[in-house]
Amino acid sequence: MSESHIVSSYDDELNGLRSAISEMGGLVEAQLSNAIQAIARRDDALAAQCIEADKRIDGMEDQIEAQTLRMLALRQPVAQDLRQVLSALRISHDLERMGDYATNVAKRASALSQLPEVGPINGIVRMGRLTHGVLTDVLDAYTQVDLERAMRSWERDEEIDQMYTSLFRELLTYMMEDPRNITACAHLLFVAKNIERIGDHATNIAETVYFEETGGRLSGDRPKGDSSSFAVMTPVQPEDRGTDTDE
Amino acid sequence: MSDAVRAVEAPTTPDAPAATNRATKIASKDVNVFYADKHALKDVELDVYEHEVTALIGPSGCGKSTYLRCMNRMNDVIDICRVTGSIKLDDTDICNSQLDVVQLRARVGMVFQKPNPFPKSIYDNIAYGPRIHGIAHTKAELDEIVQRSLERAGLWKEVNDRLDQPGTGLSGGQQQRLCIARAIAVNPEVILMDEPCSALDPIATARIEELIDELRENFTIVIVTHSMQQAARVSQRTAFFHLGDLIEVGETEQIFTNPMDSRTQGYITGRFG
Repeated sequence: MSESHIVSSYDDELNGLRSAISEMGGLVEAQLSNAIQAIARRDDALAAQCIEADKRIDGMEDQIEAQTLRMLALRQPVAQDLRQVLSALRISHDLERMGDYATNVAKRASALSQLPEVGPINGIVRMGRLTHGVLTDVLDAYTQVDLERAMRSWERDEEIDQMYTSLFRELLTYMMEDPRNITACAHLLFVAKNIERIGDHATNIAETVYFEETGGRLSGDRPKGDSSSFAVMTPVQPEDRGTDTDE
Repeated sequence: MSDAVRAVEAPTTPDAPAATNRATKIASKDVNVFYADKHALKDVELDVYEHEVTALIGPSGCGKSTYLRCMNRMNDVIDICRVTGSIKLDDTDICNSQLDVVQLRARVGMVFQKPNPFPKSIYDNIAYGPRIHGIAHTKAELDEIVQRSLERAGLWKEVNDRLDQPGTGLSGGQQQRLCIARAIAVNPEVILMDEPCSALDPIATARIEELIDELRENFTIVIVTHSMQQAARVSQRTAFFHLGDLIEVGETEQIFTNPMDSRTQGYITGRFG
């Protein structure tokens, strides 16, 4: 809403809340980007830096929660103002979870750097970049209150899910091929899962942006591309090699 | 927006299904009010439902008090005031010039902004209405009405030992509850309240709000308030007036979480210039 409040400090507080979320979002974007880099470059130091940086994200969540609490108590916002305050609270929780997942990725990067390199790392990095793009989009949609953009990024989670499913299959294949890959692949499986969860939280934020602006909800029939929960692969017999069976 | 993304309509309030079995107590249609040349209320169409609290909100001069006063013909006392349109209390046409307004005001009682007890004893304040309307025939009946009215207004315990003392000697909050007791003593169907808490402290206000919620079981209540929080707390439905127009009426929850009209939104969020 373009019109400003009669009490201008109310507007200042609402704007402050929005910029705090933007700042926190920026930290999470950097966190995800660094965690992916740490995996791609087998960079132990960057991973450690990432793990340390999570504390700042957690701190921002506390700060935003205190800000929203104060506004609810002192301003008693209604209608769109109320939705904006609630949305900030929700998004800060989503961002905090994303930060945790990115930190988990960084932890796995530390472990992976001790192990021999396995094939699908490139796939993981691609998935990470895609998710990072969706996150950037959804955060821009929030700061610019851009509904179209929020809905476009909401849809893009399907791509992340599909990528996750194909990585899942790929990792299983590597593990079946050579048991020495299992440790690294198991780590990568968790990395992929963490990135996939970050994508889910990005869609939550898109839904929140929609709610904040319209008071309505985006319906639950978002296209889902993650079918990994149903994937079954059986180890192939030596004579069948080359004709992978699945499902 | 692609096919995959489907916007869902803003959720209707959970008690929406109850809407079907709500009975209309007061139905207004095309109500216009003029103070001389000033068009104070324009084509208002509003239903007040039985056993509900309807809150009228809006900035000063928006017509909410004018509309409230239409419902028991209080505007009759203003010479330059002219009311057109139809307001029906059940099947009675309130605007009918043949109607006995004294009888009407027994059915539609009123509580004002400032507590205005009669300069009489607490007992006589309550007994006044039943006496002139011939509701009580014996002293015992009258005593019972006085006690029941004070009980319903949550005042009995505080005043039962000093019923003979002047009503004006009570505290502001007690005086307002005395006025509510006086209003309900004649067993009205509707109680109109014009900013009943604006002269009261927060504790007295909370008592009145609690009382309003209890009274709704037996009466239909219409309240004008400048406190948006109060409207949100006590009412089931809220109507927003602006410059003589009824802008929006709806479930209180919907008005305060997701109003349809940008003017309503501007007013309740404190953006109105």
